[in-house]
Parts: sequence; C-alpha cells; structure tokens
Amino acid sequence: MTQLTPVLTDMWDVEQGWKLKPYEAKGGYAALDVAFGMAPDDVIGAVKDSGLRGRGGAGFPTGMKWSFIPQDNPKPKYLVVNADESEPGTCKDIPLMMGNPHVLVEGVIISSYAIRANKAFIYIRGEVLHVIRRVQAAVDEAYAAGHLGKDIHGSGYDLDVVVHAGAGAYICGEETALLEGLEGRRGQPRLRPPFPAVAGLYASPTVINNVESVASVPAIVKNGAAWFASMGTEKSKGHGIFSLSGHVTRPGQYEAPLGITLRELLDLAGGIREGHRLKFWTPGGSSTPLLTAEHLDIPLDFEGVGSVGSMLGTRALQIFDETVCVVRAVLRWTEFYKHESCGKCTPCREGTWWLVQALDRLENGSIDEQGGAELVDQLLDQCDNILGRSFCALGDGATSPISSSVMYFRDEYLAHLRHGGCPFDPARSTVWAGQEVTA
Amino acid sequence: MTTAPIDDKTYGELREIAARYPEPRSGLLPMLHLVQSVQGRITPEGIEACAAVLDISAAEVSGVATFYTMYKRHPVGDYHVGVCTNTLCAVMGGDEILARLKEHLDIGNDEVAPQRQGDTRTVSLEHIECNAACDFAPVVMVNWEFMDNQTPDSAVQMVEALRTGNEVSSTRGPTLCTWREAERVLAGFPDGRVDDGPTAGEASLAGLQIARERGWSAPDPATVPVPAESKEGDA
Repeated sequence: MTQLTPVLTDMWDVEQGWKLKPYEAKGGYAALDVAFGMAPDDVIGAVKDSGLRGRGGAGFPTGMKWSFIPQDNPKPKYLVVNADESEPGTCKDIPLMMGNPHVLVEGVIISSYAIRANKAFIYIRGEVLHVIRRVQAAVDEAYAAGHLGKDIHGSGYDLDVVVHAGAGAYICGEETALLEGLEGRRGQPRLRPPFPAVAGLYASPTVINNVESVASVPAIVKNGAAWFASMGTEKSKGHGIFSLSGHVTRPGQYEAPLGITLRELLDLAGGIREGHRLKFWTPGGSSTPLLTAEHLDIPLDFEGVGSVGSMLGTRALQIFDETVCVVRAVLRWTEFYKHESCGKCTPCREGTWWLVQALDRLENGSIDEQGGAELVDQLLDQCDNILGRSFCALGDGATSPISSSVMYFRDEYLAHLRHGGCPFDPARSTVWAGQEVTA
Repeated sequence: MTTAPIDDKTYGELREIAARYPEPRSGLLPMLHLVQSVQGRITPEGIEACAAVLDISAAEVSGVATFYTMYKRHPVGDYHVGVCTNTLCAVMGGDEILARLKEHLDIGNDEVAPQRQGDTRTVSLEHIECNAACDFAPVVMVNWEFMDNQTPDSAVQMVEALRTGNEVSSTRGPTLCTWREAERVLAGFPDGRVDDGPTAGEASLAGLQIARERGWSAPDPATVPVPAESKEGDA
C-alpha cells in the first residue's frame, strides 16, 4: 500500500495557513538561507539530482530547463510561473495557491536565484479571484518581511515579483502563448525555436515553470535531492498532487509519490460512488487519452501511463462511471477545444470545428447506421490531420479523447445510431441522481 | 448601471499598472480589467485610454480585448454567474443547473436578467469552461469566486438572494463583492478581503485528512540515506 506524502498540502489544514507567520512557524523561508549559502549552479545541480520533472503536464526535467539559460547572455533573465491552470480536470495549483501561497513565493525566490533572475512574474488565470488575493497578499507579506526586494536576507541578491492576472484563455497555459499574454498581446503561441530559455519574455532568457514545480523546490533545497528522490519511481521522482474528481465517494486532492496506482487512490477515496462501476477516466486532464478499468494497476508515473498510450499530464483523474455516455463527454471536451482554439493555425482552428460537427451528429444520432460508421472513420481521419500538424499542443490534445474513446468504445458510438440518439439518461450521472423526487 | 468617465485618477492607476513591468505594454491585461471596474465593460473610451497610456494604437488594444473571454463588450450584472459546463461538471449536474437558471431568469447565455421591481442588484448568466475546482463539482462561479457543490435549487436560491440584495458568501472565500469590485482586484488593487474564508475547502483536504489519521507523512530527511556520489555542499 503506497502511503500519502503531504508536503505541499501539509499547510492546508493549518488555521490561516496562507499567512506568513504560520508558514514560518512550520519552517517556511528557511530554505532561502540554504540556497543563498550555495552557488546558483549548485542549486540547479540539486534540482537536477532530485529528478524533479515539470508538474504542468509535460514532465520535462526542471533542473535541466534551468541549465539551458545562457548565463553569458547580457540580457536580464526572467522567471515566469505558469499559474494559468485551465486543463479540464486539473485542480491542484488553485488550492495550493489558496492554502499555501508562501511555498510558491519561496520557490520563486530560490528558482530565480538559481537562474540569476532579478524579476519574476506569477501569471494566474483571471477567473480565480480569491486565489489572486491570497498570492498578492503573500507577495506583499514577503516584501515586508525582507524575503523579497533588495539584498534578501543579507545575501546581496535582489528580486522583485509581479502578480499578473490573465483574462480568460486556456491557450495561455501554453508557455509561449502565456508570454504573449504577459507582453500585453493576444495569447497566440510562438514558433519554437527559439525556445524561451534563449528568447522568451522580451526576447530575453526565460524559464517558465508550473506552480507545483516551483513550489516543490524549497523542500528539495532544505531536505536534499536524495530526500525528494527517495519518493516516486526510477524515472519519475518525488511527490505530486493527484486530483480525483467525478464519480468517486470522496473526490479531492491526494498528495502521493509518483507511481501510485488509481486502484490505490480509489481505495483511499472510498471507491467509485456506491452502486456503480468505473467506465473511463483521464489520467491527466482531457488532453490525455482516456483509460478504462483495465488500467487500474498501472503506475501513475510518466513511464507507466505512457506505456499504455496515454500521458501522466497533470494527474487530473476525472472518474466517470457506467451512467456516463462517452460520446457526450467527448463532444463536450471537443466543444471546449473549438472554443479555446486561438485561431492561429488552420488544422486546429478549422479541424476542431469539423470535429464538433461530426461528434454532434453522432451523439444525436442524426445519421443512419452505415453513414454513422463511416463518420466515425472520418472522425479518426480528421484527428489524423490535426495531430502533429497543429502549431501547438492544443490541437494534439483535442484529438486525444476522440481517438481513445473510439478505440475503447466504438460500439457505443454505433449504438447511438441504432438507437436514433443518445441511449443514456444524463440525469443518472448527476450528483443528486436518485435523491430528488421528480414529479 | 452608470458608466463613470475615465478621469485623472483612473489614468493615474492605468499608468501605475504599466509601471509594474519592464515594458509598459505588459500591463495591458490588468489595465483592461481596471477599465471594466470603472466602466462596467470594455468601452471605446477605455480602449483609447489604454492606447494613450501605452502609446500603441486603439486597434492593437481592441485586438487584445476581443481575444480574452473575461473582457465584456456589453454590460454584465452586478453579479456575473458562470456555470461550469465542461465535461466533468456538466455530467455531475452543471448542465441541469445552467438549464434551470436560464429558465428561472428567463435569459439565454451571456445575458443580463431583467431587474424586477424590488430587486436591488442584477445578475447575468454565462456558461464557463473548467475553472479548476473539479473536486467540488458541480461548480458555479460568481464574480470569479467559488460556489462549490451546487444543485439547481441552491443555484436558484443564490441568484434570488443576490438580486434582492442579500449577502452571499463564497463557499471558499469572502462575501461576494460586485463584478466591478472584483475587476479592480484583478487589476492589482487588493480589497482587504484576503483573510476571509478557509485555508482549504473540504475536498481539498480529503487526502491530508487520511494522512493525518494514519500517521502518514513524507520521509524524514534524517533517515534518507545520503547517496555515495553526493558532493559536499549539496543540501
């Protein structure tokens, strides 16, 4: 039985845990002095040794990303925190910033010191007002306590942090689109290369890291790379927040070593809601191909989930039981991608529109059985023309739920055609199903 | 709702936002939030003001304002209600909640409900995408504050309380402020409500509570063996 390992979530049950005093009482900001006692390159080395991989979905080694910053480049260096958490199902960074914003601020200081940045930005999606308040206040408190500003802790190191609110655009979670937003432009991705490490914000060397990645740094510096690497699996080290949502008895946040399985997590969460069984789930948000009950025992690490054709992503485990129509679920996600496509490239802009047209006809059964079967094949063909041909990963992500759902549930698509519409009753899937008397 | 002019004070604040950044244009997103807090939406006057402060064209500002969904070109209510209808919330009941609210308020998507006699406040309704609170599904946002674990009935009661001027609190935050007040915070001018609400909601604590009950924690750093190749100076 894998045990939970609260590190980032450890403050969440502390009274007023978002404030400086409770954070310092638990040893907060002590990692700063450890870091300032090290050369910046040694901080990068420690994060490399820890095996920390990006927690925003892609899993790129964080220390390696930092080491790509060309220190001989005379331009200023920048750290940008990607707090634009918007991937459907993903809900870890928001509670982290609400309950423990100081661990993020401390992580920002150490990360900036390591890459030799004197200015950092925290780009938070605009639709989370109270989270923005908490991070704004944490930054203010950190300034007042001398953790930010000039000559931090007498180290001679200066850092300023700006909290920046976005304005509603899923695409700004893509790091180069985020930079466009942060430069006051439409959030459309940039061509890479050059990568942000070379020419990022204001064409200067820039590191963009996810909230949870940055927040994991203080404990690595304080407790040692070996401590972090003692958790997790061979190539996926450390702790991570697993977010269970949907048809589970106790949805919520479970911080565990990477490599825990969904079976173990479901055990902790009280199982699938009573009287029902698991039908399909996403391992890391809607852009990661769906999995089914046959995947309950795969290790939830980058390699394990990759080995069954999906991705660990953001550990956003959306759980759906047998009452849910997979076509309805996939259509809704596809409508989301269509809405959020930034319009820059043709395969994604036009492709997501066509995907919605096809899925809508299938879900509503407004096509005969033979035509529908052909339409399913056409749908896969459309996916094939989007995947790998789009400018950024949004288009790729849009195809994931479609291709995977057809692979596991082709019969269910066809059943819509035989039935002349969706054979499922959406009322049975709701939280209050069976509880409200409908006259 | 009246539209206040963009006066010297607002121009001063727009410049203050731009000055937070190494390059002033980086302030445009929060500046547009400030325009909304003053004028209740993105107005031609607000676009011109941002353009003047940043020394860019109005077309460039307009191009940005039309890209992001939080910027509104028509008025919203004092309380802007967003129902998550992305897949997870939709399945858990968000679709029913949105349908009930549309019927109850007798409006379509992204519309303001008519103000009835006796109503002191207005509400508008919009379906929104995933707002990163899936463990609290179905989720409704009001002026971008969390209203967790909603039902059709609770959502109707909430909008009625809001229209009739009663105080409503976020399930994980403070008493709801107006949409314009919220936009001011997004522009980077805190409102002093930060210390309201809990550290974390119940679902956020699900795993932590189990860890506490069972005495589970991350490994004690003192018991972790130091790897042989570790150099001196490594923390």
